[in-house]
Amino acid sequence: MAERVLMKGNEAIAEAAIRAGCRHYFGYPITPQTEIAAYMAKKMPKIGGVFLQAESEIASINMVYGAAAAGMRVMTSSSSPGISLKAEGLSYIAGSDVPALVVNVQRGGPGLGGIQPSQSDYFQATKGGGHGDYRMIVLAPASVQEMASLTIKGFNLADKYLMTSMILADGTIGQMMEPITFEDAEIETYEKPWALTGTNCERPHNIVNSLYLKPDELEVKNMERYERYKLVEQNEPMWEEYMMEDAELCVVAFGIASRVAKNAVVAARNEGIKVGLIRPITLWPFPKDALLAAADKVKGFISVELNMGQMIEDVRLYTQCKKPVGLCSRCGGMIPSPEEVLESIRKAQKGEF
Amino acid sequence: MDHKRLTLFAGHYGSGKTNIAVNYALALAAEGKKVCIADLDIVNPYFRTADSAKELRQAGVELVSSQYANSNVDLPALPAEAYRLVQDKATFGIMDIGGDDRGAYALGRYTPFIKEEGNYRMAFVDNCYRPLTRTPKEALEVMREIEAACALPFTCIVNNSNLGTETTAQTLLDSLEYIRRLSEISGLPVWLHTARSDVARDLAGSLEQVLPLQLQERYFDLPSQKPANRPLWG
Repeated sequence: MAERVLMKGNEAIAEAAIRAGCRHYFGYPITPQTEIAAYMAKKMPKIGGVFLQAESEIASINMVYGAAAAGMRVMTSSSSPGISLKAEGLSYIAGSDVPALVVNVQRGGPGLGGIQPSQSDYFQATKGGGHGDYRMIVLAPASVQEMASLTIKGFNLADKYLMTSMILADGTIGQMMEPITFEDAEIETYEKPWALTGTNCERPHNIVNSLYLKPDELEVKNMERYERYKLVEQNEPMWEEYMMEDAELCVVAFGIASRVAKNAVVAARNEGIKVGLIRPITLWPFPKDALLAAADKVKGFISVELNMGQMIEDVRLYTQCKKPVGLCSRCGGMIPSPEEVLESIRKAQKGEF
Repeated sequence: MDHKRLTLFAGHYGSGKTNIAVNYALALAAEGKKVCIADLDIVNPYFRTADSAKELRQAGVELVSSQYANSNVDLPALPAEAYRLVQDKATFGIMDIGGDDRGAYALGRYTPFIKEEGNYRMAFVDNCYRPLTRTPKEALEVMREIEAACALPFTCIVNNSNLGTETTAQTLLDSLEYIRRLSEISGLPVWLHTARSDVARDLAGSLEQVLPLQLQERYFDLPSQKPANRPLWG
């Protein structure tokens, strides 16, 4: 019987990773994701896994690179400044086409910033962060249950498409507690014939590498990679639509912002304003078809975010600027209140975006 | 309910210490007692006693908290005024200790004073639905780690078994066998059961010593998680 347990978002990620078959965790401490490492430190030794606190973020992401190259299900977790330090490794992992799971429990930035929740690493997660032409699958949980289910999904997708899946959470979802179950855990396993597992002198050796001495070879490699990314864009966008059937206005929000926004949507409906919400669950691939379809139905969009306005650029891009897009946001560790979101909906109703 | 001069709440992180400490402080104040609550959490910068500062102030409860609580300073700091709790014997003191053994280290510096006075209750807060204390044996392990860290043995157990917004009276009733067993293997009595106030009402008659809890309002709860007859916020 699937039992209900009360978990913090960070703990749910750690437990889900273990259930997904992850036995290798490499990390370096940072608030507000500490419980992931604490949970792994407690659990991994009991199940024959590896918990290793490295000497730095840079070391830990390269340990992830190594374990991934050896065909292991492997992860690391950090928070915003720590992810910046891992950016080089993320690029190498992408350039080597090995799968990994990376968790970013975001805090306010830039720089050392603060420790309170934020969504200001949207650009970093969806547009690169490291150097070179590459993409990561970016999953944005909005509940403790999704922290678990998207972690498992993230491992599956990483193995399927040979790339990094990033869980882009924030300090509040990491810290808050909700009851969850693990019954829906669907673990997919993939053959990894490319992995460095030792040849036993029975096959040619495998090489995992991101260095290409000939530019034409590197170009082909990048083009092949982007063919795979195209498949991800076709097959994997995930989103939730909330009260969108008859909506004349559309709020777009992900993660913790979507929870605040849902309260504002319900309150606006109580005032007779026909508003709905689209919540991107994958930030890359962005649910562009859903947004474009909505653009033909609604008068305009409001992007609700915990940053100075980052996802709003994708909302404009993928709705092809057919309708106005307003912004309701706070940053630096502050969170928009439902009143603030409601007020921006009221304004949009009057045509002010 | 009998009260000791000092009450300390410790336990696994996320077991509910802060909510219980705040509600117990309010209950004492409602009895007309002079109460001071100290936030000694050096571990977690999120969800602190200071979140309830307004309610505590309105009830006349004094709050001693790190000036860095809920700020961007991730510093394990203790407020100097916390010594008042062990020294001002005319006031009922409540200490909210940080999670696990790491949180309990902070308590160690006050232990000699607490032991010397000898008028205290050291409560182990436990929720059997938390993943790392799913068995009485695991809870006992956490209990022993905390005692080793702060050098103050527990004197009783507070059963805060709950599933957040999904908690019903049955959720608590289902925990009783676990709590009985924890009491048996630890040799400690169960002092209190705690439950959200509506659940506590449903439990009336079936359990003794239930402390009803008023929980902090959470801005991020979904409309579906809120009681039907309450406003969405405010």
